[in-house]
Amino acid sequence: MSATIVDLEETTTAKPRRARGRWGDRLLYGYTWLIIVWLCLPIAVMIAFGFNDTKGRLNLTWQGFTFKWYAQLFSVPDLTTALVNSLTIALIATLGSAVLGTLIGLALGRYRFRGQGSLNLVQFAAISAPETVMGASLLSFFVQLNVGRGYWTIVVAHIMFSLSFVAVTVRSRVLTLDPAIDEAARDLGAGGWTAFRLVTLPMIFPAVLAGSLLAFALSIDDFIITSFNSGSTLTFPLWIWGAQKNGLPPQVNVMGTLIFAAGILLAVGNAVIARRRR
Amino acid sequence: MTQTEEADSAIGTELAAIELKGIVKTFHSHGDAVAAVKGVDVTIGEGEFFSLLGPSGCGKTTTMRMIAGFDEPTEGDVFLHGKNVVGVPPNKRDVNMVFQSYALFPHMSVLENVAFGLRRKGVAKDEAARRAGEMLEIVDLKGREKRRPRELSGGQQQRVALARALVNRPSALLLDEPLGALDLKLRQAMQVELKRIQREVGITFVYVTHDQNEALTMSDRIAVMNDGRIEQLGSPREIYERPASRFVAGFIGTSNVLSGTVSRTGSGKAIVEPGPGERIMVSHEAVPGDEIELTVRPEKIDVRSDPPDGDGCALRGTVNEVVYLGMFTNYNVTTSTGAEVVVFVQNVSSADDVATRGDSVWLSWDPRHSYVIGA
Repeated sequence: MSATIVDLEETTTAKPRRARGRWGDRLLYGYTWLIIVWLCLPIAVMIAFGFNDTKGRLNLTWQGFTFKWYAQLFSVPDLTTALVNSLTIALIATLGSAVLGTLIGLALGRYRFRGQGSLNLVQFAAISAPETVMGASLLSFFVQLNVGRGYWTIVVAHIMFSLSFVAVTVRSRVLTLDPAIDEAARDLGAGGWTAFRLVTLPMIFPAVLAGSLLAFALSIDDFIITSFNSGSTLTFPLWIWGAQKNGLPPQVNVMGTLIFAAGILLAVGNAVIARRRR
Repeated sequence: MTQTEEADSAIGTELAAIELKGIVKTFHSHGDAVAAVKGVDVTIGEGEFFSLLGPSGCGKTTTMRMIAGFDEPTEGDVFLHGKNVVGVPPNKRDVNMVFQSYALFPHMSVLENVAFGLRRKGVAKDEAARRAGEMLEIVDLKGREKRRPRELSGGQQQRVALARALVNRPSALLLDEPLGALDLKLRQAMQVELKRIQREVGITFVYVTHDQNEALTMSDRIAVMNDGRIEQLGSPREIYERPASRFVAGFIGTSNVLSGTVSRTGSGKAIVEPGPGERIMVSHEAVPGDEIELTVRPEKIDVRSDPPDGDGCALRGTVNEVVYLGMFTNYNVTTSTGAEVVVFVQNVSSADDVATRGDSVWLSWDPRHSYVIGA
């Protein structure tokens, strides 16, 4: 008796709702894919034209499929140098901002100190300031100090603008941690460094990793700030900017494809690690 | 004060596990100095289960943190086994703490958590794992070694925290409201469990709590703290039966506080006679005319409709409220002097209540159960 009543209720109430839900679901599903396609389209074009068997200097029309640009990847010496510059700068900048950003994030999340408010403000200012402003002010800073612009000024500039991203992610992670955990480590005989290495760092590592990936991504494709402070050093984006008037060699597409692939790999790796930790 | 001395002498001459001498702790925030602890002296004996009991903000947790080394006293000294440890960082002190939030390391297995302290002391990995395993057995967590803390229930996490501290064989274990996050049933089970473990390992326990039942159930001695000071120090029975101050009387259990003017004295007793046939007697040196305050616990008082025989304490009153509570019935009575008195009468028979709302009744109790407070 009661079972039939329940059945009845289920069929009467659930049916129309499910139908409506189905329409909404479909719409959302379709819209989601539309966005994904829209976002992937330029990347797809970039990847495709890396396989374009172009004859002239312009790589704009499809002329047939080839792997030869992958084989001749490093046949444009300037481009290769620019790519190596970009990669090494990105690595050093990532490492630098990871270390400094983690320490700043820890300090901001864990302690109360004089100047904390201003530090927070400066950080968000660094994140939100227009790149042209930052680039120009860094340039005048280097000129004032009489430092010759080049590889290392680019590194310093990149650390400067990606630092805040690491600090902000680490800080928000630290704020979710129970401060007693750190005290427990010390209570159990760990000194400051040991407690950091064995307890604090493993707990904030996902945030450090996420911040570092962000820093790497920002550094490797930065154009505006770099162009202010590069002197005669060329990075990958700067080289492309300079070369595009004469037509870009398909190697650019290949390198772009490879950088994109590496980024995807890192992102997937990060997601896998994060899931395993959870 | 006399009780502190009594309790101290009970420990005798053996070296105290923990000794606090003239501890004062002042915090500075926004230029204001806030005194959290205002002079605490206490000696905790070897193997004792000692509780710091008090409302939040009374300074009990700060006192414990000064023993652990997380806070340094502004004034005074902390001795662990006779050694002054002021200025010694927590990782160099031979005490371990069980945190209210447990503070387990989320990225380590249960076994790694428990072995952490041993590994820091340089115990080899295998040996540390073996001892950690043994300790997990004592706290009844055998078979959970490989789990992560978040995969355990609250009660199990609590026991991991306990094992993680105890495995180091500290000279004292500090517990900061360790049962606060558990539900009532589990809390009661853990109280018994904690007491068993303490007997088994024989380590001094210093237990911080705001829960009087917890403190009464487990402790050998209790220090009741209020406003940065110890109000009373003694065994659970002493604290409950003979509260030394109005605060203790009110904080521990339910208590009735009566006041009056001494009309007669005799053989070390002060007698207050508020009305005809009414008298309150208490052991107290006084002279007629003195104002005194005394307490009597609700379960010591009898409710009856006729004046009591004999020469016990007797007061007249009107029943305000009768609440049947199963094991006993709670009567709220307003006395002829206007005082509110709570009485618990055990429901020995299943017969009706002895009085109902509005009844005129007599309250009586043995004079040995009234104590002058603030004496």
